[in-house]
Amino acid sequence: MIAEFEERIDPSINARAIALADAIHAAGLAGVRDVVPTYRSVAVYFDPLRSDGDALVARIRREAARPSPPSIDNREPIRVPVCYDEDFGPDLAMVAAFKGLDRANVVRLHAGRRYRVFMLGFVPGFAYMGIVDERIAAPRRSTPRVRVPAGSVGIAGSQTGIYPAETPGGWQLVGRTPIRPFDPSRPDPFLLRAGDAVEFYAIDRDEYDRLNAAH
Amino acid sequence: MASFHVVKQGMQTTIQDRGRWGWQARGVPVAGPMDPWSHRVANTLVGNGPDAATLEATLVGPEVEIDAERVMAVVGARFELTLDGQSVPMDAPFVAPAGSRLRFGRRLRGTRAYVAVAGGIAVPPTLGSRSTHLASAMGGLDGRALRTGDRIPLGDPVGKSADARSAEKRAGVTSTWSPPPGGPLDSLKARPTGGEMATVRVLVGPHHERFAAGALDVLQSAPYAIGHSSDRMGFRLEGPRLLHPRGTDSLAAFISDATPLGSIQVPAAGQPLLLMADRQTTGGYPTIAIVITADVGLAGQLGPGDSISFVVSSLDEAMAALVAQKRALMAIESQAAP
Repeated sequence: MIAEFEERIDPSINARAIALADAIHAAGLAGVRDVVPTYRSVAVYFDPLRSDGDALVARIRREAARPSPPSIDNREPIRVPVCYDEDFGPDLAMVAAFKGLDRANVVRLHAGRRYRVFMLGFVPGFAYMGIVDERIAAPRRSTPRVRVPAGSVGIAGSQTGIYPAETPGGWQLVGRTPIRPFDPSRPDPFLLRAGDAVEFYAIDRDEYDRLNAAH
Repeated sequence: MASFHVVKQGMQTTIQDRGRWGWQARGVPVAGPMDPWSHRVANTLVGNGPDAATLEATLVGPEVEIDAERVMAVVGARFELTLDGQSVPMDAPFVAPAGSRLRFGRRLRGTRAYVAVAGGIAVPPTLGSRSTHLASAMGGLDGRALRTGDRIPLGDPVGKSADARSAEKRAGVTSTWSPPPGGPLDSLKARPTGGEMATVRVLVGPHHERFAAGALDVLQSAPYAIGHSSDRMGFRLEGPRLLHPRGTDSLAAFISDATPLGSIQVPAAGQPLLLMADRQTTGGYPTIAIVITADVGLAGQLGPGDSISFVVSSLDEAMAALVAQKRALMAIESQAAP
Protein backbone atom coordinates (compact mmCIF):
# COMPACT_ATOMS: atom_id res chain seq x y z
CA MET A 1 0.00 0.00 0.00
CA ILE A 2 1.50 3.35 -0.99
CA ALA A 3 0.40 6.73 0.35
CA GLU A 4 1.46 9.53 -1.97
CA PHE A 5 1.90 13.20 -1.21
CA GLU A 6 2.50 16.00 -3.68
CA GLU A 7 5.11 15.06 -6.23
CA ARG A 8 7.88 17.50 -5.41
CA ILE A 9 11.22 17.37 -3.66
CA ASP A 10 10.31 19.60 -0.76
CA PRO A 11 11.32 19.44 2.91
CA SER A 12 7.79 20.06 4.23
CA ILE A 13 6.24 17.33 2.03
CA ASN A 14 9.03 14.97 3.02
CA ALA A 15 8.48 15.81 6.71
CA ARG A 16 4.82 14.80 6.36
CA ALA A 17 5.79 11.50 4.71
CA ILE A 18 8.28 10.72 7.48
CA ALA A 19 5.79 11.67 10.22
CA LEU A 20 3.22 9.35 8.65
CA ALA A 21 5.74 6.52 8.42
CA ASP A 22 6.79 7.03 12.06
CA ALA A 23 3.15 7.01 13.21
CA ILE A 24 2.30 3.81 11.32
CA HIS A 25 5.49 2.16 12.55
CA ALA A 26 4.83 3.22 16.16
CA ALA A 27 1.23 1.94 16.01
CA GLY A 28 2.59 -1.63 15.76
CA LEU A 29 -0.39 -2.81 13.69
CA ALA A 30 -0.85 -6.56 13.19
CA GLY A 31 0.61 -7.88 9.95
CA VAL A 32 2.59 -4.74 9.06
CA ARG A 33 6.04 -5.92 7.96
CA ASP A 34 7.81 -2.74 6.87
CA VAL A 35 7.11 0.99 6.61
CA VAL A 36 9.23 2.91 4.13
CA PRO A 37 9.17 6.69 3.76
CA THR A 38 10.53 8.15 0.51
CA TYR A 39 10.84 11.74 -0.78
CA ARG A 40 7.11 12.15 -1.01
CA SER A 41 5.40 8.84 -0.29
CA VAL A 42 5.14 6.07 2.28
CA ALA A 43 5.08 2.40 1.35
CA VAL A 44 3.41 0.15 3.93
CA TYR A 45 4.18 -3.54 3.41
CA PHE A 46 1.69 -5.81 5.13
CA ASP A 47 0.49 -9.39 5.16
CA PRO A 48 -3.11 -9.18 3.92
CA LEU A 49 -3.96 -12.43 5.67
CA ARG A 50 -2.98 -10.96 9.03
CA SER A 51 -4.07 -7.36 8.55
CA ASP A 52 -7.39 -5.62 8.10
CA GLY A 53 -6.70 -3.76 4.85
CA ASP A 54 -9.65 -1.36 5.24
CA ALA A 55 -8.67 -0.47 8.79
CA LEU A 56 -5.10 0.08 7.64
CA VAL A 57 -6.22 2.47 4.89
CA ALA A 58 -8.39 4.35 7.38
CA ARG A 59 -5.48 4.62 9.81
CA ILE A 60 -3.13 5.88 7.11
CA ARG A 61 -5.68 8.50 6.01
CA ARG A 62 -6.17 9.64 9.59
CA GLU A 63 -2.44 9.95 10.29
CA ALA A 64 -1.77 11.65 6.95
CA ALA A 65 -4.39 14.31 7.73
CA ARG A 66 -2.52 15.49 10.83
CA PRO A 67 -0.89 18.93 10.70
CA SER A 68 2.63 19.12 9.32
CA PRO A 69 5.39 18.32 11.80
CA PRO A 70 8.06 20.85 12.79
CA SER A 71 10.79 21.60 10.28
CA ILE A 72 14.30 20.21 10.24
CA ASP A 73 15.83 23.34 11.78
CA ASN A 74 14.82 22.19 15.25
CA ARG A 75 17.11 19.20 14.99
CA GLU A 76 20.70 19.03 16.10
CA PRO A 77 22.69 18.36 12.92
CA ILE A 78 24.90 15.29 12.58
CA ARG A 79 28.34 16.60 11.63
CA VAL A 80 30.27 14.55 9.07
CA PRO A 81 33.98 15.16 8.38
CA VAL A 82 35.02 15.11 4.73
CA CYS A 83 38.45 15.22 3.14
CA TYR A 84 38.08 17.04 -0.17
CA ASP A 85 41.57 16.11 -1.47
CA GLU A 86 41.93 15.49 -5.17
CA ASP A 87 42.40 11.72 -4.98
CA PHE A 88 39.26 11.43 -2.81
CA GLY A 89 37.24 13.83 -4.94
CA PRO A 90 38.15 13.02 -8.54
CA ASP A 91 35.12 14.94 -9.87
CA LEU A 92 35.62 18.05 -7.79
CA ALA A 93 37.23 19.85 -10.72
CA MET A 94 34.29 18.93 -12.93
CA VAL A 95 31.81 20.18 -10.34
CA ALA A 96 33.82 23.43 -10.10
CA ALA A 97 33.76 23.83 -13.89
CA PHE A 98 29.97 23.35 -13.89
CA LYS A 99 29.44 27.00 -12.91
CA GLY A 100 32.99 28.29 -13.24
CA LEU A 101 33.99 28.14 -9.56
CA ASP A 102 37.36 27.27 -8.07
CA ARG A 103 37.89 24.19 -5.91
CA ALA A 104 37.87 26.08 -2.62
CA ASN A 105 34.47 27.54 -3.42
CA VAL A 106 33.02 24.12 -4.18
CA VAL A 107 34.21 22.90 -0.80
CA ARG A 108 32.88 26.02 0.90
CA LEU A 109 29.47 25.64 -0.75
CA HIS A 110 29.21 21.90 -0.14
CA ALA A 111 30.32 22.03 3.49
CA GLY A 112 28.61 25.31 4.28
CA ARG A 113 25.05 24.11 4.27
CA ARG A 114 22.70 22.07 6.37
CA TYR A 115 21.17 19.16 4.49
CA ARG A 116 18.07 17.15 5.09
CA VAL A 117 18.07 13.35 4.81
CA PHE A 118 15.06 12.92 2.52
CA MET A 119 15.21 9.15 2.39
CA LEU A 120 17.47 6.10 2.41
CA GLY A 121 17.73 3.65 -0.45
CA PHE A 122 20.04 2.21 -3.13
CA VAL A 123 22.17 0.23 -0.67
CA PRO A 124 22.03 -0.21 3.15
CA GLY A 125 22.58 3.13 4.84
CA PHE A 126 22.72 5.27 1.68
CA ALA A 127 21.04 8.62 2.45
CA TYR A 128 19.64 10.90 -0.23
CA MET A 129 20.39 14.39 1.13
CA GLY A 130 19.61 17.86 -0.14
CA ILE A 131 19.23 20.49 -1.19
CA VAL A 132 22.63 21.22 -2.76
CA ASP A 133 23.49 24.84 -3.69
CA GLU A 134 22.56 25.28 -7.34
CA ARG A 135 26.08 26.50 -8.19
CA ILE A 136 27.49 23.03 -7.48
CA ALA A 137 24.42 20.96 -8.47
CA ALA A 138 26.24 19.19 -11.30
CA PRO A 139 24.33 16.37 -13.01
CA ARG A 140 25.32 12.70 -12.70
CA ARG A 141 28.28 11.39 -14.67
CA SER A 142 27.22 10.22 -18.10
CA THR A 143 29.03 6.92 -17.51
CA PRO A 144 28.77 5.56 -13.96
CA ARG A 145 31.91 4.25 -12.27
CA VAL A 146 32.09 0.49 -11.87
CA ARG A 147 33.60 0.96 -8.42
CA VAL A 148 33.07 3.85 -6.03
CA PRO A 149 35.11 3.49 -2.79
CA ALA A 150 33.24 3.28 0.52
CA GLY A 151 32.92 6.67 2.22
CA SER A 152 32.92 8.62 -1.05
CA VAL A 153 30.83 11.79 -0.92
CA GLY A 154 29.02 12.62 -4.13
CA ILE A 155 26.72 15.11 -5.79
CA ALA A 156 23.94 14.34 -8.27
CA GLY A 157 21.97 17.45 -9.21
CA SER A 158 20.40 18.87 -6.07
CA GLN A 159 21.25 15.75 -4.05
CA THR A 160 24.32 14.77 -2.09
CA GLY A 161 25.16 11.48 -0.41
CA ILE A 162 27.78 9.17 1.10
CA TYR A 163 28.48 5.75 -0.41
CA PRO A 164 28.38 3.38 2.61
CA ALA A 165 30.12 0.54 0.77
CA GLU A 166 32.08 0.00 -2.42
CA THR A 167 29.46 -0.11 -5.18
CA PRO A 168 29.00 1.05 -8.75
CA GLY A 169 27.86 4.67 -8.86
CA GLY A 170 27.25 7.64 -11.11
CA TRP A 171 27.43 10.56 -8.69
CA GLN A 172 30.15 13.23 -8.99
CA LEU A 173 32.69 12.41 -6.29
CA VAL A 174 33.93 15.47 -4.35
CA GLY A 175 35.50 13.93 -1.24
CA ARG A 176 35.57 11.07 1.22
CA THR A 177 34.59 10.64 4.86
CA PRO A 178 36.26 8.30 7.33
CA ILE A 179 32.85 7.85 9.01
CA ARG A 180 30.99 4.62 8.22
CA PRO A 181 27.32 5.34 7.44
CA PHE A 182 26.53 1.64 7.81
CA ASP A 183 28.33 -0.90 9.95
CA PRO A 184 26.31 -3.98 10.95
CA SER A 185 28.72 -4.69 13.81
CA ARG A 186 27.75 -1.47 15.65
CA PRO A 187 24.90 -1.53 18.20
CA ASP A 188 23.18 1.01 15.95
CA PRO A 189 24.45 0.04 12.50
CA PHE A 190 23.09 3.17 10.82
CA LEU A 191 24.48 6.69 11.05
CA LEU A 192 21.44 8.34 9.47
CA ARG A 193 17.69 8.09 9.26
CA ALA A 194 15.15 9.92 7.15
CA GLY A 195 14.49 13.39 8.54
CA ASP A 196 17.95 13.88 10.06
CA ALA A 197 19.91 17.11 9.56
CA VAL A 198 23.48 16.74 8.31
CA GLU A 199 26.40 19.14 7.96
CA PHE A 200 29.71 18.32 6.31
CA TYR A 201 32.95 19.91 7.50
CA ALA A 202 36.30 19.87 5.74
CA ILE A 203 39.25 17.96 7.21
CA ASP A 204 42.78 17.51 5.87
CA ARG A 205 44.35 14.23 4.88
CA ASP A 206 46.14 13.72 8.20
CA GLU A 207 42.89 14.10 10.09
CA TYR A 208 41.20 11.72 7.66
CA ASP A 209 43.91 9.12 8.18
CA ARG A 210 43.75 9.54 11.94
CA LEU A 211 39.95 9.11 12.05
CA ASN A 212 40.06 6.29 9.55
CA ALA A 213 42.63 4.40 11.62
CA ALA A 214 40.38 4.75 14.68
CA HIS A 215 37.91 2.20 13.29
CA MET B 1 27.45 -28.37 15.94
CA ALA B 2 26.12 -30.33 12.99
CA SER B 3 27.04 -29.01 9.57
CA PHE B 4 26.80 -29.30 5.83
CA HIS B 5 30.02 -29.70 3.93
CA VAL B 6 29.71 -28.20 0.46
CA VAL B 7 31.21 -30.78 -1.91
CA LYS B 8 30.09 -28.90 -5.03
CA GLN B 9 28.79 -25.37 -4.91
CA GLY B 10 26.35 -25.46 -7.84
CA MET B 11 25.70 -22.45 -10.04
CA GLN B 12 24.44 -20.09 -7.35
CA THR B 13 23.49 -21.60 -4.02
CA THR B 14 22.51 -19.11 -1.33
CA ILE B 15 21.17 -19.28 2.21
CA GLN B 16 17.68 -17.75 2.45
CA ASP B 17 15.07 -17.33 5.14
CA ARG B 18 11.88 -15.30 4.72
CA GLY B 19 13.88 -12.14 4.22
CA ARG B 20 15.30 -9.16 6.09
CA TRP B 21 12.06 -7.32 6.79
CA GLY B 22 11.84 -4.13 8.80
CA TRP B 23 14.92 -2.28 7.55
CA GLN B 24 13.87 -0.95 4.17
CA ALA B 25 13.52 2.55 5.61
CA ARG B 26 17.32 2.39 6.12
CA GLY B 27 17.93 1.19 2.58
CA VAL B 28 18.38 -2.50 3.48
CA PRO B 29 16.98 -4.80 0.78
CA VAL B 30 14.69 -7.64 1.88
CA ALA B 31 16.23 -10.54 -0.11
CA GLY B 32 14.61 -13.90 0.84
CA PRO B 33 13.54 -16.78 -1.39
CA MET B 34 12.72 -16.19 -5.07
CA ASP B 35 9.99 -18.81 -4.68
CA PRO B 36 8.54 -18.25 -1.18
CA TRP B 37 6.02 -21.09 -1.59
CA SER B 38 8.62 -23.80 -2.19
CA HIS B 39 10.84 -22.42 0.58
CA ARG B 40 7.92 -22.59 3.01
CA VAL B 41 6.80 -26.07 1.97
CA ALA B 42 10.37 -27.40 2.27
CA ASN B 43 10.53 -26.11 5.85
CA THR B 44 7.10 -27.56 6.64
CA LEU B 45 8.08 -31.02 5.39
CA VAL B 46 11.02 -31.23 7.80
CA GLY B 47 9.05 -29.82 10.73
CA ASN B 48 10.68 -26.37 10.74
CA GLY B 49 8.83 -23.13 11.40
CA PRO B 50 8.39 -20.59 8.60
CA ASP B 51 11.42 -18.52 9.69
CA ALA B 52 14.03 -21.26 9.25
CA ALA B 53 16.70 -20.76 6.61
CA THR B 54 17.10 -23.11 3.64
CA LEU B 55 19.51 -23.38 0.72
CA GLU B 56 18.28 -21.92 -2.56
CA ALA B 57 19.78 -23.85 -5.50
CA THR B 58 19.77 -22.25 -8.95
CA LEU B 59 19.76 -24.14 -12.29
CA VAL B 60 22.75 -26.32 -11.38
CA GLY B 61 22.29 -27.67 -7.87
CA PRO B 62 24.98 -28.34 -5.25
CA GLU B 63 26.28 -31.48 -3.64
CA VAL B 64 26.34 -31.44 0.16
CA GLU B 65 27.49 -33.88 2.81
CA ILE B 66 25.80 -33.83 6.18
CA ASP B 67 27.72 -34.87 9.32
CA ALA B 68 24.73 -35.73 11.52
CA GLU B 69 21.48 -37.56 10.89
CA ARG B 70 18.74 -35.18 9.88
CA VAL B 71 15.42 -35.15 8.09
CA MET B 72 15.69 -33.20 4.85
CA ALA B 73 13.42 -32.19 1.97
CA VAL B 74 13.93 -30.55 -1.42
CA VAL B 75 11.08 -28.56 -2.96
CA GLY B 76 10.79 -26.40 -6.07
CA ALA B 77 12.46 -26.84 -9.45
CA ARG B 78 12.57 -30.54 -10.45
CA PHE B 79 15.99 -32.15 -10.28
CA GLU B 80 17.16 -35.74 -10.33
CA LEU B 81 18.18 -36.10 -6.69
CA THR B 82 20.32 -38.80 -5.14
CA LEU B 83 21.38 -39.55 -1.59
CA ASP B 84 24.58 -41.63 -1.62
CA GLY B 85 23.72 -42.66 -5.16
CA GLN B 86 20.17 -43.77 -4.33
CA SER B 87 17.33 -41.82 -5.90
CA VAL B 88 15.30 -39.72 -3.45
CA PRO B 89 12.03 -38.01 -4.31
CA MET B 90 11.46 -34.27 -4.33
CA ASP B 91 8.60 -32.72 -2.35
CA ALA B 92 8.95 -35.34 0.38
CA PRO B 93 10.90 -35.63 3.62
CA PHE B 94 13.69 -38.21 3.84
CA VAL B 95 16.24 -39.15 6.49
CA ALA B 96 19.83 -38.30 5.59
CA PRO B 97 22.17 -40.43 7.74
CA ALA B 98 25.36 -38.92 9.17
CA GLY B 99 28.00 -38.77 6.46
CA SER B 100 25.56 -39.09 3.57
CA ARG B 101 25.77 -36.96 0.44
CA LEU B 102 22.84 -35.26 -1.26
CA ARG B 103 23.56 -34.66 -4.90
CA PHE B 104 21.61 -32.59 -7.40
CA GLY B 105 21.65 -34.20 -10.85
CA ARG B 106 19.93 -33.18 -14.05
CA ARG B 107 17.41 -30.36 -13.89
CA LEU B 108 14.07 -31.24 -15.44
CA ARG B 109 11.87 -28.18 -14.84
CA GLY B 110 11.92 -24.83 -13.09
CA THR B 111 14.86 -22.72 -11.95
CA ARG B 112 15.17 -22.78 -8.15
CA ALA B 113 14.90 -25.53 -5.53
CA TYR B 114 15.01 -25.26 -1.75
CA VAL B 115 16.91 -27.63 0.52
CA ALA B 116 15.44 -27.70 4.01
CA VAL B 117 17.00 -29.57 6.91
CA ALA B 118 15.40 -30.14 10.31
CA GLY B 119 16.75 -27.41 12.60
CA GLY B 120 17.47 -25.07 9.70
CA ILE B 121 20.68 -23.47 8.50
CA ALA B 122 22.25 -21.74 11.51
CA VAL B 123 24.61 -19.06 10.22
CA PRO B 124 24.47 -16.01 12.50
CA PRO B 125 21.67 -13.60 11.51
CA THR B 126 22.40 -10.06 10.32
CA LEU B 127 19.74 -7.46 11.21
CA GLY B 128 17.49 -10.31 12.25
CA SER B 129 17.75 -12.42 9.10
CA ARG B 130 19.99 -15.13 7.63
CA SER B 131 19.06 -14.28 4.04
CA THR B 132 21.97 -13.69 1.70
CA HIS B 133 21.89 -10.39 -0.17
CA LEU B 134 24.59 -10.74 -2.79
CA ALA B 135 24.92 -7.11 -3.95
CA SER B 136 25.51 -5.75 -0.45
CA ALA B 137 27.39 -8.86 0.72
CA MET B 138 25.05 -9.24 3.70
CA GLY B 139 23.74 -12.31 5.53
CA GLY B 140 24.16 -15.95 4.62
CA LEU B 141 27.75 -17.13 4.69
CA ASP B 142 29.93 -13.98 4.43
CA GLY B 143 27.24 -12.39 2.26
CA ARG B 144 28.04 -14.57 -0.74
CA ALA B 145 26.91 -17.65 -2.61
CA LEU B 146 28.25 -20.97 -1.31
CA ARG B 147 31.60 -22.23 -2.52
CA THR B 148 32.99 -25.72 -2.74
CA GLY B 149 34.66 -26.50 0.58
CA ASP B 150 32.38 -24.32 2.73
CA ARG B 151 31.07 -25.59 6.03
CA ILE B 152 27.57 -24.46 6.98
CA PRO B 153 26.35 -24.77 10.56
CA LEU B 154 23.00 -26.46 11.13
CA GLY B 155 20.60 -25.72 13.96
CA ASP B 156 19.39 -28.29 16.42
CA PRO B 157 15.94 -29.59 15.58
CA VAL B 158 13.35 -28.27 18.01
CA GLY B 159 9.63 -28.80 18.45
CA LYS B 160 8.09 -30.84 15.68
CA SER B 161 11.40 -31.44 13.96
CA ALA B 162 13.17 -32.59 17.17
CA ASP B 163 11.60 -35.98 17.56
CA ALA B 164 13.74 -38.30 15.47
CA ARG B 165 11.13 -41.06 15.60
CA SER B 166 8.36 -38.84 14.34
CA ALA B 167 10.80 -37.56 11.75
CA GLU B 168 11.47 -41.11 10.62
CA LYS B 169 7.78 -41.79 10.64
CA ARG B 170 7.30 -38.72 8.48
CA ALA B 171 10.01 -39.87 6.17
CA GLY B 172 8.49 -43.33 6.15
CA VAL B 173 5.30 -42.12 4.50
CA THR B 174 7.28 -41.29 1.36
CA SER B 175 5.79 -44.21 -0.57
CA THR B 176 2.25 -42.99 -0.06
CA TRP B 177 3.14 -39.33 -0.10
CA SER B 178 1.41 -37.21 -2.72
CA PRO B 179 3.41 -34.19 -3.86
CA PRO B 180 1.85 -31.03 -2.42
CA PRO B 181 -0.49 -29.40 -4.94
CA GLY B 182 -0.78 -25.65 -5.35
CA GLY B 183 2.86 -24.83 -6.01
CA PRO B 184 4.36 -22.81 -8.86
CA LEU B 185 5.59 -25.91 -10.70
CA ASP B 186 1.95 -26.79 -11.43
CA SER B 187 1.61 -23.61 -13.49
CA LEU B 188 4.91 -23.76 -15.33
CA LYS B 189 4.61 -24.81 -18.98
CA ALA B 190 7.21 -26.05 -21.43
CA ARG B 191 7.64 -23.92 -24.55
CA PRO B 192 7.75 -25.67 -27.91
CA THR B 193 10.86 -23.66 -28.75
CA GLY B 194 12.66 -24.61 -25.54
CA GLY B 195 12.65 -23.06 -22.10
CA GLU B 196 9.57 -22.58 -19.99
CA MET B 197 6.78 -20.07 -19.72
CA ALA B 198 4.27 -18.86 -17.18
CA THR B 199 1.44 -16.39 -16.94
CA VAL B 200 1.43 -14.30 -13.79
CA ARG B 201 -1.31 -12.04 -12.51
CA VAL B 202 -0.57 -8.39 -11.82
CA LEU B 203 -2.26 -5.48 -10.09
CA VAL B 204 -2.24 -2.09 -11.78
CA GLY B 205 0.80 -0.21 -10.45
CA PRO B 206 0.99 3.11 -8.62
CA HIS B 207 2.36 4.99 -11.65
CA HIS B 208 0.36 3.41 -14.49
CA GLU B 209 -1.24 6.74 -15.38
CA ARG B 210 2.16 8.08 -16.39
CA PHE B 211 2.33 5.74 -19.37
CA ALA B 212 1.04 6.28 -22.87
CA ALA B 213 -2.61 5.32 -23.35
CA GLY B 214 -3.10 1.59 -23.76
CA ALA B 215 0.22 0.66 -22.11
CA LEU B 216 -1.52 -1.85 -19.82
CA ASP B 217 -2.98 -3.55 -22.92
CA VAL B 218 0.47 -3.64 -24.49
CA LEU B 219 1.85 -5.25 -21.32
CA GLN B 220 -0.68 -8.09 -21.69
CA SER B 221 -0.45 -8.39 -25.47
CA ALA B 222 2.44 -10.85 -25.80
CA PRO B 223 4.96 -12.77 -23.68
CA TYR B 224 8.21 -11.17 -22.59
CA ALA B 225 11.50 -13.03 -22.90
CA ILE B 226 13.62 -13.08 -19.75
CA GLY B 227 17.02 -11.64 -20.62
CA HIS B 228 20.35 -13.24 -19.87
CA SER B 229 21.52 -10.68 -17.32
CA SER B 230 18.52 -11.52 -15.11
CA ASP B 231 19.28 -12.52 -11.53
CA ARG B 232 17.91 -12.40 -7.98
CA MET B 233 17.65 -8.60 -8.17
CA GLY B 234 15.36 -8.69 -11.15
CA PHE B 235 14.56 -9.86 -14.65
CA ARG B 236 15.30 -7.83 -17.74
CA LEU B 237 12.34 -8.37 -20.03
CA GLU B 238 12.30 -8.18 -23.81
CA GLY B 239 8.97 -7.79 -25.56
CA PRO B 240 6.31 -5.22 -26.43
CA ARG B 241 7.61 -1.75 -25.55
CA LEU B 242 5.80 0.25 -22.89
CA LEU B 243 6.01 3.87 -23.86
CA HIS B 244 6.28 6.91 -21.68
CA PRO B 245 4.11 9.70 -23.08
CA ARG B 246 6.91 12.25 -23.35
CA GLY B 247 9.84 9.89 -23.71
CA THR B 248 12.78 10.52 -21.39
CA ASP B 249 11.35 13.89 -20.30
CA SER B 250 8.65 12.22 -18.26
CA LEU B 251 11.34 10.14 -16.55
CA ALA B 252 13.61 13.08 -15.69
CA ALA B 253 10.88 14.47 -13.44
CA PHE B 254 10.18 11.13 -11.75
CA ILE B 255 11.11 11.07 -8.07
CA SER B 256 12.46 7.76 -6.75
CA ASP B 257 9.77 5.72 -5.01
CA ALA B 258 9.51 2.50 -3.00
CA THR B 259 9.82 -0.78 -4.92
CA PRO B 260 7.58 -3.63 -3.77
CA LEU B 261 8.46 -7.23 -4.65
CA GLY B 262 7.20 -8.02 -8.17
CA SER B 263 7.21 -4.39 -9.35
CA ILE B 264 7.33 -4.00 -13.13
CA GLN B 265 9.39 -0.86 -13.70
CA VAL B 266 9.93 0.72 -17.07
CA PRO B 267 13.08 2.65 -18.03
CA ALA B 268 13.16 5.07 -20.96
CA ALA B 269 13.70 2.46 -23.67
CA GLY B 270 10.35 0.87 -22.79
CA GLN B 271 11.61 -2.64 -21.99
CA PRO B 272 10.44 -3.47 -18.47
CA LEU B 273 12.32 -4.76 -15.43
CA LEU B 274 10.64 -7.20 -13.05
CA LEU B 275 12.00 -6.56 -9.56
CA MET B 276 12.61 -9.70 -7.55
CA ALA B 277 13.92 -10.73 -4.10
CA ASP B 278 17.23 -8.82 -4.05
CA ARG B 279 15.75 -5.57 -5.47
CA GLN B 280 16.81 -2.23 -4.03
CA THR B 281 14.39 -0.63 -1.58
CA THR B 282 13.73 2.36 -3.84
CA GLY B 283 13.92 2.88 -7.57
CA GLY B 284 13.90 5.63 -10.11
CA TYR B 285 11.53 4.28 -12.77
CA PRO B 286 7.72 4.34 -12.83
CA THR B 287 5.94 1.10 -11.88
CA ILE B 288 3.23 0.11 -14.35
CA ALA B 289 2.09 -3.03 -12.53
CA ILE B 290 2.99 -5.33 -9.61
CA VAL B 291 2.87 -9.14 -9.64
CA ILE B 292 0.36 -10.41 -7.07
CA THR B 293 1.97 -11.97 -3.99
CA ALA B 294 0.52 -15.43 -4.73
CA ASP B 295 2.26 -15.49 -8.15
CA VAL B 296 5.70 -14.22 -7.10
CA GLY B 297 6.97 -17.78 -6.62
CA LEU B 298 5.87 -18.69 -10.14
CA ALA B 299 7.96 -15.83 -11.53
CA GLY B 300 10.79 -17.01 -9.28
CA GLN B 301 10.80 -20.39 -11.03
CA LEU B 302 11.68 -18.70 -14.33
CA GLY B 303 15.16 -17.82 -15.50
CA PRO B 304 17.10 -16.51 -18.49
CA GLY B 305 15.72 -17.89 -21.73
CA ASP B 306 12.23 -18.48 -20.30
CA SER B 307 9.28 -16.22 -20.99
CA ILE B 308 6.62 -14.58 -18.87
CA SER B 309 3.16 -13.23 -19.68
CA PHE B 310 1.18 -10.77 -17.62
CA VAL B 311 -2.55 -10.53 -17.07
CA VAL B 312 -4.17 -7.75 -15.07
CA SER B 313 -6.05 -9.04 -12.06
CA SER B 314 -8.19 -7.49 -9.33
CA LEU B 315 -7.45 -6.97 -5.66
CA ASP B 316 -10.21 -9.47 -4.85
CA GLU B 317 -8.67 -12.09 -7.11
CA ALA B 318 -5.23 -11.45 -5.64
CA MET B 319 -6.61 -11.94 -2.12
CA ALA B 320 -8.51 -15.08 -3.14
CA ALA B 321 -5.33 -16.54 -4.65
CA LEU B 322 -3.42 -15.83 -1.45
CA VAL B 323 -6.13 -17.38 0.70
CA ALA B 324 -6.18 -20.47 -1.56
CA GLN B 325 -2.41 -20.76 -1.20
CA LYS B 326 -2.67 -20.48 2.56
CA ARG B 327 -5.28 -23.27 2.60
CA ALA B 328 -3.07 -25.50 0.45
CA LEU B 329 -0.20 -24.82 2.83
CA MET B 330 -2.33 -25.75 5.84
CA ALA B 331 -3.32 -28.98 4.11
CA ILE B 332 0.36 -29.80 3.59
CA GLU B 333 1.08 -28.98 7.23
CA SER B 334 -1.60 -31.36 8.45
CA GLN B 335 -0.38 -34.09 6.08
CA ALA B 336 3.20 -33.56 7.21
CA ALA B 337 2.37 -33.60 10.90
CA PRO B 338 3.34 -36.90 12.53
